[in-house]
Amino acid sequence: MNKKLVGILLLVVALLVSGGNLMAQDDIVLEFSQWWEPELPAGEFRALMDEFEAQNPGIKVELISGPYSATRDLIVAGAATGTMSDVVGLDGAWVNDFVKQGSLASLTQLMSDAAFDDSELAAQIQLGGATYMIPVVNFVYPVFVNLDLLNAAGIETAPSTRSEFAAAAAALTNAENNVSGWVLPLSMEQPNGIQNDVMSWVWASGGSMLANGQPNLVGNADVISAVEFIKGMYDAGVIAPGAFSLREQDKVEEFTNGRVGMMISSLAHINLIRERNPELNFAISALPAADGYEGPRGLPYASWGIGVAQNSEHQAEAWKLVAFLMSAETNSRLSSIANAFPGNVKSTPDFVQTDELFAAAFDVFLNGYLANEFTGLPVAEQLMREFNEPFQLYLDGEMELEEFLTIAQEAWLGNFE
Amino acid sequence: MEHSHTARVSIGAKPRSRWSLTRKLVPYAYLSPTILLLIVLSLIPIATVFVYSLLDNVIITRNPPSFIGLGNYVEIFFDNHFRQALTNTLVFSGVSVLAHLLLGLSFALLLNSKLIGAVPKALFRVIYILPWVFTASIIAILWRLLLNPNGVVNFLLITLGLANDQIEWLSSRQLALPAVTFINIWSGYPFYMVSFLAGLQGISDDLYEAGKIDGANSGQLFRYITLPQLKPIIISLAMLDFIWTTHQFTLIWMTTGGGPTRTTEMLSTFTYKLAFSSNEFAQASATAMIILAISMFVAVFYVRNQRLAND
Repeated sequence: MNKKLVGILLLVVALLVSGGNLMAQDDIVLEFSQWWEPELPAGEFRALMDEFEAQNPGIKVELISGPYSATRDLIVAGAATGTMSDVVGLDGAWVNDFVKQGSLASLTQLMSDAAFDDSELAAQIQLGGATYMIPVVNFVYPVFVNLDLLNAAGIETAPSTRSEFAAAAAALTNAENNVSGWVLPLSMEQPNGIQNDVMSWVWASGGSMLANGQPNLVGNADVISAVEFIKGMYDAGVIAPGAFSLREQDKVEEFTNGRVGMMISSLAHINLIRERNPELNFAISALPAADGYEGPRGLPYASWGIGVAQNSEHQAEAWKLVAFLMSAETNSRLSSIANAFPGNVKSTPDFVQTDELFAAAFDVFLNGYLANEFTGLPVAEQLMREFNEPFQLYLDGEMELEEFLTIAQEAWLGNFE
Repeated sequence: MEHSHTARVSIGAKPRSRWSLTRKLVPYAYLSPTILLLIVLSLIPIATVFVYSLLDNVIITRNPPSFIGLGNYVEIFFDNHFRQALTNTLVFSGVSVLAHLLLGLSFALLLNSKLIGAVPKALFRVIYILPWVFTASIIAILWRLLLNPNGVVNFLLITLGLANDQIEWLSSRQLALPAVTFINIWSGYPFYMVSFLAGLQGISDDLYEAGKIDGANSGQLFRYITLPQLKPIIISLAMLDFIWTTHQFTLIWMTTGGGPTRTTEMLSTFTYKLAFSSNEFAQASATAMIILAISMFVAVFYVRNQRLAND
């Protein structure tokens, strides 16, 4: 009896194993590591994958989802061991390091093999002439203005030049009520304030922190005028206290609580601010440019980028998934559910028609150009830290401008060798 | 007769030797799960990190790793940022351990006092032990809120007239290190308190009575009876706490991230940034081995102290 039972069990196990193998032989399973699924409404991203699977019989997508930082660690580990998922969600700040390591496939080659027309792509992150990352959706960083505080300070319109911004920040600052004009997060834990809140001033006036792809801080008039402008506001006491330990979430919290009149922040935070403080009356405007500047304004942004692993055995199928996400229709849907701007120039997210604030932001987006020079640079996060350290000393009056820029430039150059 | 005797020996010898071998292996079989875990979770990672520390181009690089011997250690040692992190770590750990000892002992003596009734004693026990209940991330969030320039601490100081302006506790280069050290002291003293309380309750009343008969005052009783009786606990706790504090990462990372301008940079945050921000995994491995060496140095003293106590 026992022998019969063991025999049946062995048979069942054998069938299951062979069945599994048969299934594995039939379908190609693409692993897709990203941090997007947890940040989207439940089930929405999986629904897009189901649609892809229905359109591409024989290809299944296995989503490997986690928080942003965990995804980065997972991809780093995968890159180190040659086990990176077939398709990976990427931040522009990571690309250079993975390309150096040879763990990302050239999308230029995959696009060419698939005869893909890339004219609809809003941007491509290239290194050495080849594309390694495509921004799927973009989160731009305009200026958020607390209208009630602004009106109370006697100002009717959002500032559009640096002088107007400094004047508005001074007018908004009210020490008795614990209100500051602007908030500047410079935490060493999350140094992205250097990208979003400092260098964005350079890009908004058409400037650059690079020259021929190399650091160009010393003697750069665009960078100098931006940091001097910030230093002026710091000395005037119009920046929220505690700047050197504030993080991005602290910045949003201060603005949401009405303790700060203006902040530069991601559009992704609109819904969060509305949830936390439905009474807050705020508007969005483009980042002010240097006085007298008339050219197009660079708009800082962060992306959900996508890439294909070099170690993937199914690169052609992986490209199909990338192409699906970048198609006008899918990209519109994804940007709608993510409250982001599309990576396909022909896509239009739903919220632009239904939400006044997003519509205003979309105008800002259309009238400027996406600018984030840290994207694609080596050890981008470290570059921000290396700039942040002497910048804090400069703001505190412990270091002269020339010395600060020289130290930052030398540190940066060490990473470009 | 002789034949049967031989046969008896040959039949009996084989099972006995097998049984003897089995008997010898049994202890190792019991130990094998622990040994396996130690190898997989400790020895292999430590050995891997040690090998990485002797190489260049590891993990995030297209170039093959190359052996550079002690090159990473030399580079780290001459790095000003490493020396600053080492100094900060020693100050942070030294002050924390000392304050933990003093506070833990003081609260333990208070709770052990016969002057306090049972109910207030139980209440104070709960209050004093609360900081130990929170995880490091909760402690960091809590104190970030309390020490925010618009937070409760500044509000109280300004209301009581003890400060004129908002103090930037975690953003000031002068105050950040004392502030994070204070937070660490606050979160760590209950462990000492509980341990000392157990130690105090284990000291025989006979010793104190004998001391009183000899005319000792309360200060002399504390110095000549309480302290010597608690000495093994004090030494053990101080050593363990020093090792734990040098490893402190979450609290520093979540409050200051090592800033402003590296004034709260510790060996743990320095190592993390080297590995995950600069992708210098080989140098990060060298730093990790230096932290291990410091911990081992203290651990040797701890083990020696334990052995002496047992003897």
